[in-house]
Amino acid sequence: MDQKLYVSSSPHFRSNTTTRRIMLDVIIALLPTTIASCVIFGFRALILVGVCVAGCVLMEYFARKIMKRDTTIGDLSAVVTGLLLALNLPVDINPLIALFGCLVAIVVVKQMFGGIGMNFVNPALAARIVLLVSFPSAMMRWVPAFWYQGADAVTAATPLAAEKGTFSYIDLLLGLHGGSMGEVCAAAILLGGVYLVIRKVISPIIPCVYLGTAALMSLVVGADPLYQLLSGGLLLGAIFMATDYTTSPVTNWGKVIYAVGCGVLTILLRSFSNMPEGVSFSILLMNILTPLIELLTRPRTLGFVKKGAKK
Amino acid sequence: MSELSFPKRPYRTKGGVHVPHHKNTAHTESVEMPIPKTVTIPMSQHIGAPCTPLVKPGDIVDVGQKIAQAQAFVSAPIHASVSGKVKKIEKITMPDGSKQDAIVIESDGEQRISPDIRPPKVESLSDLLTAVRESGLVGLGGAGFPASVKLNIPSDKNVDTLIINVAECEPYITADHREVLENSWDVMSGIHTVKEFLNIHRVIIGIENNKPDAIKALSEIAYNGFDPENEIRVLPLKATYPQGAEKILIKACTGREVPEGGLPSDAGCLVMNTGSVAFIARYLKTGMPLISRRLTVDGSAIKNPQNVIVPIGTPIKDVINFVGGYKEEPKKILMGGPMMGLSLYTDELFIQKQNNAILAFGEKEARLSEPSACIRCGKCVSACPMSLMPLELSNATDRGDLESLKKLHILNCMECGCCSYSCPAKRHLVQNIRLGKQLLNKAKKEQINKGGKK
Ligand code: SF4
Ligand code: SF4
Repeated sequence: MDQKLYVSSSPHFRSNTTTRRIMLDVIIALLPTTIASCVIFGFRALILVGVCVAGCVLMEYFARKIMKRDTTIGDLSAVVTGLLLALNLPVDINPLIALFGCLVAIVVVKQMFGGIGMNFVNPALAARIVLLVSFPSAMMRWVPAFWYQGADAVTAATPLAAEKGTFSYIDLLLGLHGGSMGEVCAAAILLGGVYLVIRKVISPIIPCVYLGTAALMSLVVGADPLYQLLSGGLLLGAIFMATDYTTSPVTNWGKVIYAVGCGVLTILLRSFSNMPEGVSFSILLMNILTPLIELLTRPRTLGFVKKGAKK
Repeated sequence: MSELSFPKRPYRTKGGVHVPHHKNTAHTESVEMPIPKTVTIPMSQHIGAPCTPLVKPGDIVDVGQKIAQAQAFVSAPIHASVSGKVKKIEKITMPDGSKQDAIVIESDGEQRISPDIRPPKVESLSDLLTAVRESGLVGLGGAGFPASVKLNIPSDKNVDTLIINVAECEPYITADHREVLENSWDVMSGIHTVKEFLNIHRVIIGIENNKPDAIKALSEIAYNGFDPENEIRVLPLKATYPQGAEKILIKACTGREVPEGGLPSDAGCLVMNTGSVAFIARYLKTGMPLISRRLTVDGSAIKNPQNVIVPIGTPIKDVINFVGGYKEEPKKILMGGPMMGLSLYTDELFIQKQNNAILAFGEKEARLSEPSACIRCGKCVSACPMSLMPLELSNATDRGDLESLKKLHILNCMECGCCSYSCPAKRHLVQNIRLGKQLLNKAKKEQINKGGKK
């Protein structure tokens, strides 16, 4: 036989999931939220999304170039980061500040640690926190829903900071209140979450346990669980940020512990710190604990017998 | 020991993947291949010591005549699959790249049966072991472990369960499935023989539930007076890969776990392939040793996929030509299944006893995907049937970190391929894990050598 054969190591078949397909699914899952925020906050929202996505992709491209590594923008993970970052910002933020956020997320957090899969904290979240610390007033200037339709653009209160009774559950579900672009419309976020679970992109463990723990903790501290779940960044965080592959445990029990940690911390921060919003910090903290959690929750291999244990 | 019970449904096993079945040949009768012009029979078609030839060039041999044997305990003699003249004994390159002696026989087309062939007298377990050893039988499922060694259970092991492996979880392959359908009675009487002589009172026939006809065929025999003691059951298994891997099969059928580094007998089980038990039944009847076998010829590049009964030593090319040849240019040829099979560098190799399939694929299936960075999605972890951490194993291998490899139980990996299969980044996890095992074993050897010198 003269033709050449491929010789390779088994297995010779691969499933058809790819990194790109997974990232595409995340983007699809984020679409309802993105659209909702454009409807609620107007054209500026779209511009901000565009700025962040373009910023992240370009920065990833050039960062890899400068570091003399292969281009990875094809895997679409930079698009996801850009989208998530945009959805975590208030709509009227200066685009330059948003670009600074991209720089932190992509260059500092992601690429300086070796690129996709290597960062130890979630890039979009880390960027959000850096911005929160650097530009507190810009990051916390909320405009009300439909402000662009002439409603006066005074700062609005987010549900967590507002007086009791300002917003109904329906307002929260539909996102008729101030807040970060992607946090407001709970229904859209949930829709995306369901899609991710159906497509098996994420396991439901983290969102369910996170939200469940948060609800329980709310009861413990005497808050309204449903109101807590539907307001602030909790849903977006539990479904899209805490489930980030790189920075959450790969083991099932690890996921449980991690999500419980997130839930407890979120409600504690919300109730007892002077920060209105505890989601970002909680997830970031648990990100850092992920390697440790993973180490402690390694599955027991089939047929493992403890030394000294009787047969 | 507590009373043995039969599970109503399989015990839960972890991990596994859903690979497309591609069982194209499941409903086509196997065909017998005509006698090839020459056969090339390698001296090692089993795990264990290679055989030494008993014939020399120029000798005339008959079908079934023993042409090579070994003194070692773990080995299996080799018999002529055709009658004719020994042309030469030469070194050939084996599929795995090693070099080995092989006897080349030119067929005279007469298929004269050797006068030595007569049914063995089997009255005791030791008779059975001798007979099985003389038959040259090795595990027909792929690994090629000599059957007489497997049946010779050390006296300190208490084996109470015989598991018959008809899971056949690898895509494409249907050789066992066809064996069950075409030779149901051989399978059952082989089971009976093994069970009686080994004094085993629980037999579980594990069949994946995507083969309802096979389940029916064996159930019909087993539950209709064949087994008055009521000790044989057919257990339908989930059709996921790797249901037929020994340790997984044992878990699914009995709920027991083979301890890390142990053998099935450590879990009280003996696992045999369907083809092997059916062969034992035939051998006891006729005395004809293992000189041919059924294998699946399939894949996108094969014209008429089929199960073929092939004399051992037939050139792979002849087998492929027999089923109509290639329909497109083959780009990858496998010996065995797509998940664990060996990829060949040429089709100019020869069928061995343990080959259960020859698969040929065109460009589309054969193309290799470029690995990219691990995204820590955890899919490999949830896919691993042994509950290992493939990504960590691969990383530790890259770092050369032997301590971690040990802690991560690398030697418990059975190289089933589920991790690589499910990885979206297309990482070569199994390949890397193999490397890690080699590193570890090398280090162990070095340590032993050093220790010895002191
Ligand atoms: S499946 Fe691949 S990408 Fe996912 S964790 Fe395992 S090695 Fe990494
Ligand atoms: S090849 Fe090894 S590590 Fe990978 S899934 Fe199979 S047993 Fe697990």
